[in-house]
Amino acid sequence: MTIAEKISAEKTSEQVSRRALLTGGLAGGFLLAFHLPVRAVNEPVQPPDVTDGKFAPNAFIRIDATGHTTLVMPQVEMGQGVYTAVAMILAEELDADFSQVTLQHAPPNDKLYGNPTFGLQVTGNSNSIRAFWKPLRNAGAGARAMLVQAAAQQWQVEPASCSTANGEVTHKESGRKLSYGALALAASSETPPKDVALKDPKDFTLIGKPLKRFDTPDKVNGKAIYGIDAMLPGMKFATLAACPVFGGKVGKVDDSAAKKIPGVQKIVVLDDLVAVVGDHMWAAKKGLDALKVTWDEGPNARISSKDIWQDLRAASEKDGVVARSEGDIAKGLATGERLDAAYELPFLAHATMEPLNATVHLTPDSCEIWTGTQIVSRVQAEAAKAAGLPVDKVIVNNHLLGGGFGRKLEPDMVVAAVRIAKQVDGPVKVVWTREEDIQHDVYRPVYRDNIAATLLDGKIVGWKYRITGSAVIARWLPPAFQKGIDIDAVDSAVDMPYDIPNIHVEYVRAEPPAVPTGFWRGVGPNNNVFAVECFMDELARKAGKDPIAFRLAMLGKNPRMQGALNLAAEKSNWGQPLPARVGRGVCVQPSFGSFIATVVEAEVDEAGEVHLRRVTSAVDTGIAVNPDTIMAQLEGGLIFSLTAALYGEITIDKGRVQQSNFHDYRMLRIDQAPKIEVHVIKSGEPPGGIGETGSTAGPPALRNAIYAATGVALRRLPIDRTLIAVGKKA
Amino acid sequence: MATTLTINGEAKSFDAPADMPLLWVLRDVLGMTGTKFGCGIAQCGACTVHIDGKPVRSCMLPVGAVRDRAVTTIEGIGASPAGAKVQKAWLDLEVIQCGYCQSGQIMSAAALLAATPNPDDSDIDAAMAGNICRCGTYVRIRAAIKQAASGRQS
Repeated sequence: MTIAEKISAEKTSEQVSRRALLTGGLAGGFLLAFHLPVRAVNEPVQPPDVTDGKFAPNAFIRIDATGHTTLVMPQVEMGQGVYTAVAMILAEELDADFSQVTLQHAPPNDKLYGNPTFGLQVTGNSNSIRAFWKPLRNAGAGARAMLVQAAAQQWQVEPASCSTANGEVTHKESGRKLSYGALALAASSETPPKDVALKDPKDFTLIGKPLKRFDTPDKVNGKAIYGIDAMLPGMKFATLAACPVFGGKVGKVDDSAAKKIPGVQKIVVLDDLVAVVGDHMWAAKKGLDALKVTWDEGPNARISSKDIWQDLRAASEKDGVVARSEGDIAKGLATGERLDAAYELPFLAHATMEPLNATVHLTPDSCEIWTGTQIVSRVQAEAAKAAGLPVDKVIVNNHLLGGGFGRKLEPDMVVAAVRIAKQVDGPVKVVWTREEDIQHDVYRPVYRDNIAATLLDGKIVGWKYRITGSAVIARWLPPAFQKGIDIDAVDSAVDMPYDIPNIHVEYVRAEPPAVPTGFWRGVGPNNNVFAVECFMDELARKAGKDPIAFRLAMLGKNPRMQGALNLAAEKSNWGQPLPARVGRGVCVQPSFGSFIATVVEAEVDEAGEVHLRRVTSAVDTGIAVNPDTIMAQLEGGLIFSLTAALYGEITIDKGRVQQSNFHDYRMLRIDQAPKIEVHVIKSGEPPGGIGETGSTAGPPALRNAIYAATGVALRRLPIDRTLIAVGKKA
Repeated sequence: MATTLTINGEAKSFDAPADMPLLWVLRDVLGMTGTKFGCGIAQCGACTVHIDGKPVRSCMLPVGAVRDRAVTTIEGIGASPAGAKVQKAWLDLEVIQCGYCQSGQIMSAAALLAATPNPDDSDIDAAMAGNICRCGTYVRIRAAIKQAASGRQS
């Protein structure tokens, strides 16, 4: 079966009845419950709905008369394996025949497919499985109960006397069987149960198994369709250039040379960008190169990284808004031996392998979009605004994503494509060049973290931590930004795993001028785990303790964190001798509802170049829905974050980004990749998040390995080789 | 300019300027979207195809320079023994995450195995270092190449 069949392009919107729309809501409330699922875990599944003879008991499940089961995916697949995991959870409680299951992308519809944590269709914050664990199980179990009721009624027996497996209901005593397909019509008129029994985890047949992914077979032969692969009859191709200075405008445009390029059809000039439309990307790109644009660079043309850092450092000296305060911090900081440090993280681009793109077909009364986004309903709403059409006139065809990493939590690429499409007859595919993609990203913010701590008898008695940086939440989800605290920016700082009697955490909102900032894989924990774990190593050294022993002594109240750390220590051969200038460094993190300990082993050569030898992670993520996916996410996330630690930095000069492509925004390659071992700990706890954990773990563990190898306590990323070359001192 | 190329064993005729990179001919003119655009400057390898069996970055290869040489893309690589082995190993070891770079990874790996049936780690490094994977699947790519080479079944 091809992915075109497996993940059918069939529009689900028509299949959703008005009744389901009106009654199926994931009613709002994210404001109160951000980080807490808003949908009551045992809320009844939606009432039945029949479309085209299909049994459609809720938003996620469709069974036709042949037994073919279609599962509608509320979360988007960008490599993290969520399609397979979501299907496993639904099919587990449904007792579906997994070989008969196909998947469908969800259409824009917050009521039916909204992420319970956000009240919107959002794939991010490593929370797909955390947020949908109970709703999906309820949906599967509710549908199963209706199928059982239908069979029991037909046989005139008690539902309790029936069992289900592999898409069939069996009456145990008589051995009679009915397939789900045969029951689909009758089940449609059953009432969904109010309280549905979920399986005991010991009876799981799918969850916990390393099942093969649904999306990968078509990714080995070129058949998988990403947004950038949309092809429509009569389609034109466009590429664009926005003003290189953030916030700048188009001044004068001389298009005489561009128009002479064969295949160029049209030059589109908007207030902030120009685009060339052609018969293919090559014509568009050559046309753009030939376009002479004079930019009105505006007030940001003098901004540089130097100024941004100066401002950030100054802001970090001010008092912040208190996010957590326990014990007596003044007393704590006056007790024992004190150490102070500040850590800094740079701007980062996302650089998804699939560059930004969107295909738009705009007519006077309709707008159809083909793209790959992490926020399909928000994209629909923003496109409607840009097109000047009602939301219901905008159709969004979502696709597999060639990487997301948070970049596609922004609607800007679709909005720009709609604005360009307004000047084009027929469909137009707008593709960003890599240079535009990197220079007009929404960047991981610069952060500075100031920490002061005191040590007494080898333990921390006072801990004052101040985070200074962008409030991405304030822009992206304003109602969740309350009392001056960005709950993402303080994540993993307010809930750090160590037992410290006097602890005080503050947040200073500091927005860099002009540079747009957004979510980047690992979000807040990325920053906080780095600062906390780096400082833990410095404190351990000051206390004369082994870094792992030092941490374990303060993890008494956190057995899951302790378990992961002990396992990582054992599997990484912690404590065993290493050659000169080779070190091991550790990182522990309680982030995204998973407890992970990671050890990096690295060598620093005489020139200060870092060689990654080995990474060992121990992961307690609760019930591991698909353990192989969890291992893959750690492996990949570690590479993603080690890339950032070794190379990642976007710098600003004259109001523009200085990097442009993979030659100057470097990526880790296979010849530099370490061996990676991931050990998944068996657990009966509810599933934790996993997609961003690896990208939180790598940098602090690497930095601590360098600290062990060289004695140099680096406090900024990316790693500065000049500080760790032989003969240098930080 | 009217051009005919042999792509995956089939003659394909189309109109395109001679300086147009093969990548855009494949994707935008012929609608063969399996070959991916990643950087446009031969830095990432997402656009890798084979020209007479050798891996080439199609984003910088003018179509006029291909002439009568055989083009193989991800859509056709499964017909070669090395390509089929690589595809199978990729699925057996579940190498792929987002998959966007994997067309290029598979093309590079298939060319490696066709030329060097039993590659060691340094052969793998040399053949695969031109292919970036942002999802970070390198550990599994290495393992899958070794599995494909050994013919071992998982």
